[in-house]
Order: sequence, then structure tokens, then C-alpha cells
Amino acid sequence: MTQTTETVRASLAKRYARERRFHMMGLLSVMASGAFLVLLLGNIVTKALPAFTTTYVKLDVPLMPDVLRLDDNPDADAIAKARYNRAVRQGLLDLFPEVSSRSEKRALYQLVSAEAEFTVAEAVAGDPELIGTRHSLWVLADDDLDTYRKSKKLQAVPESDRRFKDFQVAWLDELKAQERIKTTFNWVLFQNGDSREPELAGVRGALVGSFYTLIVTLALSFPIGVAAAIYLESFATRNRFTDLIEVNINNLAAVPSIVFGLLGVAVFINFLHLPRSAPLVGGIVLSLMTLPTIIIASRAAIKSVPPSIADAALGLGASRMQAITHHVLPLAMPGILTGTIIGMAQALGETAPLLMIGMVAFIVDVPQGITDPATVLPVQVYLWSDSPERAFTERTSAAIVVLLVFLVLMNAFAVYLRKRFERSW
Amino acid sequence: MALSTLILLLLVLTVAAYLYARRRSLQTVGGWRNVSQLHSLPAHYGALAAIWCVVPALVLLVLWGVLEGPLIDRHVAAQLDPAAVEGANINLILNQAQNLVQSGRIESETDPVLQGLASQYQQLQAQSTSLRSLLAIALAVIGTAYACSRITKTLRARVRVERFMLGVLATSASVAILTTLGIVLSVLFEALQFFREIPPTDFLFGTVWSPQTAIRADQVGATGSFGAIPLFVGTLLISAIALTVAVPIGLMSAIYLSEYAHANVRSVAKPVMEVLAGIPTVVYGFFAVLTVAPALRRFGESIGLSVASESALAAGLVMGIMIIPFVSSLSDDVIKAVPQALRDGSFGLGATKSETIRHVVIPAALPGIVGSILLAASRAIGETMIVVMAAGLSANLTINPLEAVTTVTVQIVTLLTGDQEFDSAKTLAAFALGLMLFCTTLVLNVIALHVVRKYREQYE
Repeated sequence: MTQTTETVRASLAKRYARERRFHMMGLLSVMASGAFLVLLLGNIVTKALPAFTTTYVKLDVPLMPDVLRLDDNPDADAIAKARYNRAVRQGLLDLFPEVSSRSEKRALYQLVSAEAEFTVAEAVAGDPELIGTRHSLWVLADDDLDTYRKSKKLQAVPESDRRFKDFQVAWLDELKAQERIKTTFNWVLFQNGDSREPELAGVRGALVGSFYTLIVTLALSFPIGVAAAIYLESFATRNRFTDLIEVNINNLAAVPSIVFGLLGVAVFINFLHLPRSAPLVGGIVLSLMTLPTIIIASRAAIKSVPPSIADAALGLGASRMQAITHHVLPLAMPGILTGTIIGMAQALGETAPLLMIGMVAFIVDVPQGITDPATVLPVQVYLWSDSPERAFTERTSAAIVVLLVFLVLMNAFAVYLRKRFERSW
Repeated sequence: MALSTLILLLLVLTVAAYLYARRRSLQTVGGWRNVSQLHSLPAHYGALAAIWCVVPALVLLVLWGVLEGPLIDRHVAAQLDPAAVEGANINLILNQAQNLVQSGRIESETDPVLQGLASQYQQLQAQSTSLRSLLAIALAVIGTAYACSRITKTLRARVRVERFMLGVLATSASVAILTTLGIVLSVLFEALQFFREIPPTDFLFGTVWSPQTAIRADQVGATGSFGAIPLFVGTLLISAIALTVAVPIGLMSAIYLSEYAHANVRSVAKPVMEVLAGIPTVVYGFFAVLTVAPALRRFGESIGLSVASESALAAGLVMGIMIIPFVSSLSDDVIKAVPQALRDGSFGLGATKSETIRHVVIPAALPGIVGSILLAASRAIGETMIVVMAAGLSANLTINPLEAVTTVTVQIVTLLTGDQEFDSAKTLAAFALGLMLFCTTLVLNVIALHVVRKYREQYE
């Protein structure tokens, strides 16, 4: 055996150990990404779960005319304006007659949401005969009660560290004993717009805002993106102009999104005086952002259609434009649509440029059109994440879950399109 | 007539023009039997007429929309008696009058001058609207009539229509150029205005950032100081932390997935990476604030370190997770592009797999890997939501990752949300920062793309 062989033999164990270490490091890195993903999603989903249920309290509301401050023969107008909050309060006092001090009374009134009086008003508006009777009604509980009930962790915290104090807990236990507490699915979350009261806050306004914004984005970026891709792929000769376009598309794909927000503020709002906070401007800005994605995907799809198809059309006497629009484009459509959906999914998750153009305003009403002030789902997440209430933390997570569900659906649809329609030649 | 009704009407006219011109073209040769005598298909004649119908009218509407406001303003201002306003700001008065028109309460206004102006506005706007509708419809009809009058057997309708379509395609393609131009011009214009008030040297080399300026001249308060060094340092600090996390993990993942992993592992791990890249940044931000930052704080307390609740470390770590996929997917591409022959040569000399990777594959792929890291760096510098939510607002000049720092993007967002006064240095500062951000990321991107392309060409 030569000396070299011996040296090699001697170092083999060390080299193999190093090899194994390197292999492990690679595996660990990949697993780290997976672990981050599981941690992130698990964390948010567990935080979000409580927000999907909500608590109702059953009250026997005394709808006596003297409580409601009504005359003997009230007309419809007077009934609509009656003091239903007094009825709600009286209903609570009747349950706990021993409560006497002002501060305790105030705490008692806060067991139910501010929405309660409107629930009562609606019931009365539906059936005016109820006036003068005692009516049993489920009303929405306040978020403090709701959060305390759902969180085992919070129940273990000493009294001084929580908003829901021990005497309130006693009331809650009493209500439970009387079977006046129930938990239901939190429909409010999907029916309401934003609110300062956590138990009344919902994502409907943001969902509708996101929908309008995406419609504008799609209406602008899809035709322009596809037209640009057709031009660059099928008509443009290679010259300075097309080179410039290509460089620009590649660069725009990597420009930070916040810079598009600056463009939106300076051009669309300050110069063109389009309405602030509106899905119209948000959609325009997002469509400029998604254009590169759509153009790049569409070009790849058009390129993948074999030239023989266009050649056959040309051979039969079609013009270039006819060959492209009648033959190449339909075959490239699945790829183009896949790219478009992925671009739309990116636009749906985008936040930063929309902050600049004022879509961060506190908006309670659900927007009715593309020029109404609106907010979008990711911005709603951002807004709620600033609120200190625990209930808002849960709702933020819930809004994230809703957002992620939409993203997953869109991406799954894109994958389906690709699997179902894309063909290899 | 409202704009939406007008556009609907124009669309109806367009369809009518299409159908009429198509029939007319067939009539010139006497029906479908002799259609081969026509130069183009009947549909082409229809399309030509439709274009002539709708395009001039739409151009008119756009021009009208741009010019209407200023022209009416000028007309009203010209008729305004200068004595009645006595040196007050004319623009302000015009604005008030316009608001009055929009609120629809002209009768209840007490100031007679304002009332007069408002009713004048109302009258002019009504006139302008009806004139607009009339002209648009007239243009549509004239256009259609012109196109139809020219329909003959020999009219090269298809060529004309296709030339128009090509024009539309080319215009769409140049939207990318217009966007870049728009970004550069808008940011540059506002930034120049900012530099007129604050010297560029103060901005670039100043070490104190406190953008609170007095909005009115007589207001008490700070005059503001716009030294951007703390922001640059903060941005670099957070980006450096992010890259420290993302580069090793991303690079090792790419190596493992392209060199070691079984196809089954790949088919699971790749989508996981893609999902990581597809999660909205606001979600990462929320995760950083709510989970990572408190965890770091508790950990710091347990070993006797004080960690700020908005520490650079929390934001940087989470941002690092976010950019792992960018590093790994690009590096994966370049590692795969290294020719198999190089690996085979190395194996033939007796090297182990890891030795081959470290001494042959990585050096060969290095330019591409550097490119991917540069792209990831540009992502990290431009990333907004994570830092807005998880990093602080106070501009500390420090490189201690446990303290709170602020970044360029955070400051842009804080300066531009809320009330904006486009003549205050505070708002304009956001554009100066935006200019810096745009230039930095542009340079990084250009270098990265150039390096990656050069590298690809080398092995093709």
C-alpha cells in the first residue's frame, strides 16, 4: 500500500462524518422552513378559533310603556324612537335585584353589547303587540364576558390582571346556572363592517372592498397584460424600444410595493384628484403592480404554443393577427389565466401601497361601489392588530384565516387550471 | 345625461354601427353568395365602422374630463368682481363655491357672493354636461357615417382594423414604460421640492430624524430635522438580520433539494417553500408583533438582557423567514444549471458529495447565488408591512439588535398616512425617502439580474 492510499484511508472516517453533517444541515434547513410554516399557521389558527364563536345572553326584557317612555297609544314613529336601552337595563336589573351601587350597575349594564337595544327595537318593530309584555330575547354579550368565557388561560389569571372582575364572574355563573348563556357561530363576523366594539366588528366591509378592488385590478391588468404579452411575443421586432420595455417589466416586478403607493398618492390622488380611500385608486395601483406578473406568465404561455400552429393558419391564408387571435391565444389561455389568478392572489394580499392612498380609514359602512371609501382584508388585519383588546387579537387572527382561505382557493384554482387544461406538445 | 348612461348609449351605437356596416358591405356585392368579391370579411367592415364610432367619442370624453374643471374655473374667476373678494384667496373661494354646489344647499347660503358663484358653477356644469353628451353622440354618428360611406368592394378594411389593433397592443406594452416613468417623475418631482427646503447634505448625512414640523408659521413646535442616517442604519440593521437568517437556511435548502433530496421529498418541500412565499406580509407582521417579539422579550429577561418590545431582532427574524423562499428558489435554479459533467469529474477524482458541492458546484454557481442574495436584499430593504407592525417609530442611531430602530419604509408610511399637506416638508420627506428606496433597490435589481443572466449564458 502506498503512502497516499494510507493517508486517504486514514482521513476517510473524518470525510464521511463531514459528509453526513452536511447532509443533515441541508435536511434541517428544509425542515426549518416547514417548521416555520407549521408554527405560523398553527399559531394563527389557534388564536383565531375563539373568534368564530360568540356568546349570547337571554334577557327577559320588560317592554312596559313606562320603561320605554311611551304614551298610551304610540304611533309607529314613537315606537321606533322608544328608549329600548332602558328596557335592556331594566331586564338586567331584574335578574340581579341586589345590585345597587352606581359603579356596579354600570358594570352590570356592560354585560351585554351596545347592540342589545337594537335587537330589542327590531323585535318590537316586527311585532308591536309585544309592547306591554315581558319578552324573552337572546342578545349579544359584551366582548369582555365573551373572551373570559372562552379562554381557560384568562380564567386562571389573578383578578387584578383581567378586565372581567370576580363579581362579574359571579354574575356570569348565575346566568349560566339559569341557562341564560349560549354559544353560537359568530355570524356577526361575516355580516358586519368594522366597529370599535370587538363583538360587533366584522370583515364584511373589508371583503366587499377587496372584491371591488380586485375587480378593478382584473379589469385593467388582464387586457393590458395579455395585449402587451401578445405584442412582445408575436409582433415586436427586437429593437431599442422593445428592449426598453423588457428591462422595465423585469425591474417593475422587483420594485418595492410601497413605491407604487407613492406613485398612487402623487399621480392619482394629488394630480388627477381621484377619490381617496376608494377601491378605484387601489385597483389601479394594484394593477400596475400585478402587470409584470401577468405579462411574464402570458408570454411564457404564448411561447409554449408551438409555432407550427400559427404557421398552419398563415399557410391557409390567415393574417398574422388572425393566426394569433384565433389559434395561438385560445391555446395559451389556460397558462395566461393561471398567471392572472396568481397575480390576483398577490394583489389580494398586498397592504403597503393601499395604506398610502388612504384605504386605512375607519369605515363602518359596507362600500356600494368602486368610488366609495373602503378598506380591504389585509388592511383590516393591520388596523385590528393595533387594537389592544384581546377580542380584537382573536378577530385579527380570524380575518387572517379568512384571507388565507381565499388565497388557498385562488391558488388551488390556478393549480387545477394548469393540471386540467395545460397540454404538452 | 350621466356619464354611465352616455357610455352605455355609445356602446349600443357601436354595436349598431358594427351590424349596419357588416350588412352594408354584403349589400355592395349582393349577399353572401358573392362574398369572395369583397377585399375583407364583412366582420372587418363592421369592426372598422365600430372603431370609427367609439374611438373619437371616447377621446372626446377623456379630453373633456381633463379640461372641463380648469376651463369652468377660469370662466367663473374671470367674471368675479375683484372688489367683492377684497384680496382673499380666489382659489379658496372657488373651492368653497364648488363644495356648495356638491352639497346641494345653494339656497341656504348666506354669503351673496358665494351664492352667486355657486349658482354660476351649477349652471356652467349643467351646460357642460349636456354639451358633452351632444358632442359625443354627434361624433359617434359622424364617425359611423364616414366609415360606412367609404365601404366599397376594394376598401382594405382588414388591414386597417389590424393596424389599429396592433397600435392598441403596442400601447399596452408601453404601459410598463409609462409606469416606470410615472414612478420616477412623481417621486423625483416631490423629492426635488423637498430638497429645495432641506439641503440634500443635511438629509443624507444628518444624524437626527424628527420630522414633526409646524404646519402653520405661527405655530409653536419643532422646526423638524431630516437627517436620514438613523433610518438608513435601521434599515440596514434589520435587513442584515434578515439575511443572516435567510441566506444560510435558503442556500442549504436549495443545495439539499437540488442535490440530495428524493423526488418525493422535493415534491413536498417545494410547495411548502412556495406557500411561505405566498403568505401576505401583513400576516408575518402580525406574527412578529404577537408571538416573536414577546417570546424574545421573555427569553431576554430570563438571561438578564433587556429587549425592547419593538426590537430590530424580532422584525429581522420574521423578515428572514419571509425571504427564505426567494433565496432558495433562485439558488435552486442556478445550482441546477451547473453542468453535470463538472460533478462527474469531481466524483471521478474521489470526492464525496459534500466536497463536490463545496469545492465545485458552489464556486461554479457563485455568481448566480450572489445574484439571488442581492435580490433577497432588495426585497428586505423594500419590505414594509413587517417593519411597520413590528419595528418602532423612534429613530435611534444604534446597531444593537435588541433596541428599537425604524426604517425608511416605516417612515414613508407614517409620514403619508393621515393628513397630507403637499407643501409641507414632512409629507415631501416621504418622497425623498421613496427616491432613495427606489434607487437602491433599482441598482440592486439591475446588478442581480445582470449577474444572473451573464451566469446563465456561460453554461448555455
